[in-house]
Amino acid sequence: MGQTISEKIFSSHVKREVTAGDILFTPLDLMMSNDASFPLVLEALQKIRGYTLKEARKLVLILDHYCPSPSQEVSRIHEDIKAFAHQFGCTLYAEGEGVCHQLIPEKGHIRPGHLVIGSDSHTTTYGALNAFATGVGSTDMAVAIHYGLLWFKVPLSIRIELNGNIPKGVYAKDISLHFIAKVTSRGANGLAVEFSGDTLGKLSMEGRLTICNMVMETGAKAGIMPADEVCRAWLKGKGITDILPVTPDSDAAYAREYTFDISSLEPQVATPHQVDNVHPISEVKGKKIAMAFLGTCTNGRLEDLAVAAQILKGKRIHPGVVLVIAPASRDVMLEACNRGYIQALVESGGMLNAPGCGPCVGALGGVPADGVNVISTANRNFIGRMGNVKASIYLASPATVAASCLTGEITDPREFL
Amino acid sequence: MGIAHKFGDDINTDYIIASKRKRDTVDPKKLVRFLMEDIRPGFGGTVQPGDFLVAGENFGCGSAMEIAPMVVVGAGIQAVLAKSFARTFFRNAVNLGLLLVTCDTEQITGGDELALDLEQGLVRNLTRRVEIPFQPLPALMKKIVQAGGVIPFLESDEGRALLPLL
Ligand code: SF4
Repeated sequence: MGQTISEKIFSSHVKREVTAGDILFTPLDLMMSNDASFPLVLEALQKIRGYTLKEARKLVLILDHYCPSPSQEVSRIHEDIKAFAHQFGCTLYAEGEGVCHQLIPEKGHIRPGHLVIGSDSHTTTYGALNAFATGVGSTDMAVAIHYGLLWFKVPLSIRIELNGNIPKGVYAKDISLHFIAKVTSRGANGLAVEFSGDTLGKLSMEGRLTICNMVMETGAKAGIMPADEVCRAWLKGKGITDILPVTPDSDAAYAREYTFDISSLEPQVATPHQVDNVHPISEVKGKKIAMAFLGTCTNGRLEDLAVAAQILKGKRIHPGVVLVIAPASRDVMLEACNRGYIQALVESGGMLNAPGCGPCVGALGGVPADGVNVISTANRNFIGRMGNVKASIYLASPATVAASCLTGEITDPREFL
Repeated sequence: MGIAHKFGDDINTDYIIASKRKRDTVDPKKLVRFLMEDIRPGFGGTVQPGDFLVAGENFGCGSAMEIAPMVVVGAGIQAVLAKSFARTFFRNAVNLGLLLVTCDTEQITGGDELALDLEQGLVRNLTRRVEIPFQPLPALMKKIVQAGGVIPFLESDEGRALLPLL
């Protein structure tokens, strides 16, 4: 029987052939934690007498959720994390460097075939680079960095095949929302999702990261894409050339297979309060919005800022809309400055946050008012997600968010492209 | 024995404990009073040690943050019963030694009195006089839960014996 990509990655790590369903302890290639989860990791570590941090050099710590710090308490947490990174020699990305799921791929930490954990659910993002990457809790993280290994159940996989050209006004986010609606928010619970199909080759690395980020919203343990020429070229740009792509066997067994024709897709919107509550833009347009958010580990990348800037350049946003922008990283922000995107966005009326999570989890920098509708490029629209249980969050692509800023209501971006 | 508190499908970790509450403290004891506050205000103040959380499909979906099961443990919940659990919540609960029971929860209503029979794999609904069978955990996971979580497990003789295998 052939193996899926996941089965191959687990097999290579435990150095024997394993199959979906096997429960095993395995070593890992990289661990990521951030300022939201690391305080709990530290607490979990305290439960291990005389912890040693055997795997400190594989640990990357990122300050991204609460930056700049909104309180004394958070400032103390930031100081503790910095001191810890210094003491044990972990890689640290401090305040203002960006969101964890942007930095880990951007800074060249991921290679095809890697087995990676992060104490954050959207760790699945790195699967765009042909790695098995999954979110874990703080005890898992503490166990991994002290013992150097972690228990896993090798997951069954489902296959999502994306075919066809990507229509104008349709982006990786729309593709993601479309398959999430079909698979549902729990349809891939505990399973790995393998992507295939000719649409992948038409997506930039940034778009692929968006899709593997959003795949988490189906409950998936990981979302994995093949390492093709686009992926190789992107890695080469980071100085990574000695890669060993992992491909599934042709007779690998999948729990389910889905095929999507992207060529007829229209822009999609997830309506409150579930990510799989997805509607085509034609059914949602006209809904009044009072706030818009452009950013996050889903859609705060350069091409996202580019398309928003293209739509907003030389125009003013609707006076009833507050637009908050948080670039996914410092490098993204600098490049967006160089290319004039930031200028266009700010001139149009947008407000710029520091690179990081921004208002995504309602921790700082843009909490919506009672009763308002927000249109956001983030990955979750749960009740209270942005810090106010009385606000309603709609999720869409950066183009749809930008177009909606101009009109003050949810708007089809194709009208402005 | 304990009282059932019934919730619906897709109870995500942000509902279990709101993200904004985690900013100021990660002490589960202090967070217990905010348990489920966005969907059932005041609930955290009423729950008693030994009670059960009962839900539908996909309990614990959303963020992987362990604070959600930690607050459930902090509230003294005896076990969470659901038709299915989200993967990360399941993992975290196993790691913390929180007992999760996957079973048909249709036959349980809020306020019912329940008793767990782990040996037989049965939930006894004392109020309705029905017995609901459940699948026991796979052996390795059961050992971890019974040890009180993955760290106590790995520190136990049996856990230590596993380490050199890697
Ligand atoms: S941007 Fe939002 S979803 Fe991404 S890591 Fe930050 S809080 Fe989580």
